[in-house]
Amino acid sequence: MKKIILLFTIFLTFSNLILKSENINEIKIFKNIRCLICQGQSIADSNSDFAQTIKLVVKDQILEGKSEKEIYNFLIDKYGEWIVYKPTTNPQNFILWLTPYAILFIGGFIILVIVKKREKH
Amino acid sequence: MNIKFNYIILFGIPGFILLIFFLGLNTNNKYDTRELVGNQINNFKLIDIYENKTITNLDLKENNFTLINFWASWCSPCRAEHKYLMDLKSQTDLRIVGINFKDKEINAKNYLKELNNPYYFLAKDINGKISIKFGIYGIPESILVDRNLKIIKKYIGPINEKDFNEIIKIVTKL
Amino acid sequence: MLSNIGNTLIILNILVTLIIIYSSHLSLKNQEVKISKKIYDLSLAQSTISIVTFFVLITGFIVSDFSLITVFQNSHIDKPLFYKISGTWGNHEGSLLLWINVLVLFSYFFLILNKKTLKNYRLSTLIIQNFLIFGFLLFLLINSNPFSLVFPTPNIGLGLNPILQDPALAIHPPLLYIGFVGSSIYFSAALASLITDFKGKLFATSIKLWVSISWVFQTLGIVVGSIWAYYELGWGGFWFWDPVENASLMPWFVMTALMHSLFVLEKRNTLYSWVIVLCLSTFTLSVTGTFLVRSGILNSVHTFANDPSRGLYILLFLSLMIFSSIGIFLKKYKKENYDFNANSKETFILINNWFMAFFLATVLIGTVYPIFTEVIGNIKISVGPPFYNIVILPLVIPFMIFMALAPNIKWIKNSLDNFLPLTIIIISAIFLNVLIINFFKPYSIQSSLITISSLFLIIHTLIDLIKCLKKKVNLDYSRIVSHLGFGLLVFFIGINHNFSIENDFNLKIGEKKIFENYKISFNSVKIEEQKNYKTIIGLFNITNLKDLSQETLKPEIRIYSNPETLTYETSIKSKLSYDLYLTMSNINRSDFYNIKFQKKPFMIWVWISAMMIALGGFMRIFKSEH
Repeated sequence: MKKIILLFTIFLTFSNLILKSENINEIKIFKNIRCLICQGQSIADSNSDFAQTIKLVVKDQILEGKSEKEIYNFLIDKYGEWIVYKPTTNPQNFILWLTPYAILFIGGFIILVIVKKREKH
Repeated sequence: MNIKFNYIILFGIPGFILLIFFLGLNTNNKYDTRELVGNQINNFKLIDIYENKTITNLDLKENNFTLINFWASWCSPCRAEHKYLMDLKSQTDLRIVGINFKDKEINAKNYLKELNNPYYFLAKDINGKISIKFGIYGIPESILVDRNLKIIKKYIGPINEKDFNEIIKIVTKL
Repeated sequence: MLSNIGNTLIILNILVTLIIIYSSHLSLKNQEVKISKKIYDLSLAQSTISIVTFFVLITGFIVSDFSLITVFQNSHIDKPLFYKISGTWGNHEGSLLLWINVLVLFSYFFLILNKKTLKNYRLSTLIIQNFLIFGFLLFLLINSNPFSLVFPTPNIGLGLNPILQDPALAIHPPLLYIGFVGSSIYFSAALASLITDFKGKLFATSIKLWVSISWVFQTLGIVVGSIWAYYELGWGGFWFWDPVENASLMPWFVMTALMHSLFVLEKRNTLYSWVIVLCLSTFTLSVTGTFLVRSGILNSVHTFANDPSRGLYILLFLSLMIFSSIGIFLKKYKKENYDFNANSKETFILINNWFMAFFLATVLIGTVYPIFTEVIGNIKISVGPPFYNIVILPLVIPFMIFMALAPNIKWIKNSLDNFLPLTIIIISAIFLNVLIINFFKPYSIQSSLITISSLFLIIHTLIDLIKCLKKKVNLDYSRIVSHLGFGLLVFFIGINHNFSIENDFNLKIGEKKIFENYKISFNSVKIEEQKNYKTIIGLFNITNLKDLSQETLKPEIRIYSNPETLTYETSIKSKLSYDLYLTMSNINRSDFYNIKFQKKPFMIWVWISAMMIALGGFMRIFKSEH
């Protein structure tokens, strides 16, 4: 009986775990673009002239049907990689993206070793 | 041997990181797009303010070099660089395309009447969107392109004497 | 005159510090059982001198003595008194003086509160701590002297930056300094412990209080900083993974790991070497953070002006600290035998350390990576919130599950006797998540998992709380409060993230905008003249189209004259169930205003939960005082 209840709830949950609709979210894009003339603000947060203009350009591109990635690539082409807050996943950034996970695995490995030593006694 | 290795790692890694920090102290912090050269400019189509003509990127292939200058009548550093633009026009066969950024047409025309017009072609960019397509983020800014539409140099801020001499050198080299 | 007094006191302080080092060194060698009164007196004198020096600087700010260059650059005749005083530590030089005070006071109190521990250990801690103090005093005197003179004496002062005149920003530095500068004492104690062979349980007990104190204040400091960012900076967020924020978060991860590891060291007398590493790392990260922030090497929204010469000095100091601690550690390191059962509390605490190491590594790498790409490859890239969120968030899910399970696992060996209650809790959490999705709106799988695991932690901890209350045993309220706070924090941040409504649009006066059940009417604009600024106040009416309730919000654009700054004051209505957030900014050469509107559910509960985390720590401090 318990098993049935458990299975039912899990089924209910997963049937509800719909991926959020992938409609393009302009504010999410604004938050990922850096304001070039401000000190550490995204164009979502900045009130500068530059931010206003970029917002117009991004909005136009969204209406043209461009994807999020295309918009970022457009801006990177014009202004350099510095303008996006999410670092690209190019090979030069592999160290950035992968080292934390490397540390995670090494840590896990160390713990396993420590614990396995006990089992041997 | 094993112990030596540990020592090397344990002193080496922090040492390396500290070295990078030390070298990083001397780097310039403010970001600019000066280094973003070598790419081709995008296709564009601009309409002249004075006459009823248009210009596209293909037209730029006619001349050896073109300087695309972004300015506005309300921008004071633009006034400072204006005489260099006039000199470039008179001393070389460089063509200067002007893009009037977020300005009122009447103010732009008055400005040029007062200071003279160095522009082979003058377009207006009312909301700034055209300038973004050129990778501009402030004014004054200028882009020097060759006849293959490749960006050779970017000038962030007003053109000064050093920049002026540099442009003369590049443009008259052939 | 204040300048002379200040400089004299600093030099006096340096002398006293050197005498303390020398006397302690002599005392180490002699056969006395107790530490001589002279050393206590010197330490007290050092504390007194430091405090007086600080008050001399405060006096300079209060009376606006602009002959002192620090006062001139960071204060102003027209500044309100409260902010004149808080301006003392709101600048580089003054804050260094605060650093020194914390170093000195922690040194003194550690000395007098640890009378029952090994004499040589206490003396060694004192010596090492005083080397740190000496280093900072030297830095203060040579490079960043708050008492340096400017001549001729100016009249008015430069420092009227309105963003800095805020109560939260006033207490934010002192809180943080008691946190990460206070960690210096267990840095010194750790080295002393290695040198004098004062290990194990006794060592853990001697630093326990100090680790707890620094952890609580670091937590509070970070939370207050976020509250300030939310209410003052006008972007509606409270954490931006900015280098300055990261600099305060990194020591926090290590402090948390250390606090938990101390339990193991105290209870089971193992993990000594690891605890030492953690103690050394905390203060090292604190100084690294200070270096990153004050040297100008990183681009961030911070108030301190940047100066590479400061950076050089701090880097030198940091290098000395790192190499000497590694050297001493390697020399004195003795291999330990770990004897952990897989199903034991020790292992779960190791797991806590594991996750903290991961979080720390991520934040550290993300923060310094741009420096590496620039120095090595001459490429400038940005590492911002998307990176940290993508890497860290998924791991928060298992972290919270472990956090819920761990406290009930027994030391040494646990038996799996609570399987059924666990299943019930997990099902309840999943079911609640289903309810939320069904009644409101669906969100991503990751968000669901985060909600489920935070609910799991919350429910589990609440059940623990009920058990505690029933048995009337003073078991572990401090842990329950902190873990509950953490679960609630993640839960509310999740709700906030999934159900916030925000929009960015342009309006002219008199226009309105309708979206997502809200009608925002830009009614009018009022111009007022205040004492040191002119303000344009926008009058907005927000109508909830579902229940027809209305709110009035009044964001401002403030024009200050001295120095000429423009600030945007957000209008925030905070209620228990949600916050309404409105920013208005002008668009140059246009009649339009740019409006940013946000509705943020349960925002205030985010702050309450964060405070709960700190509260748990407070409770632990007072519990251990018994």
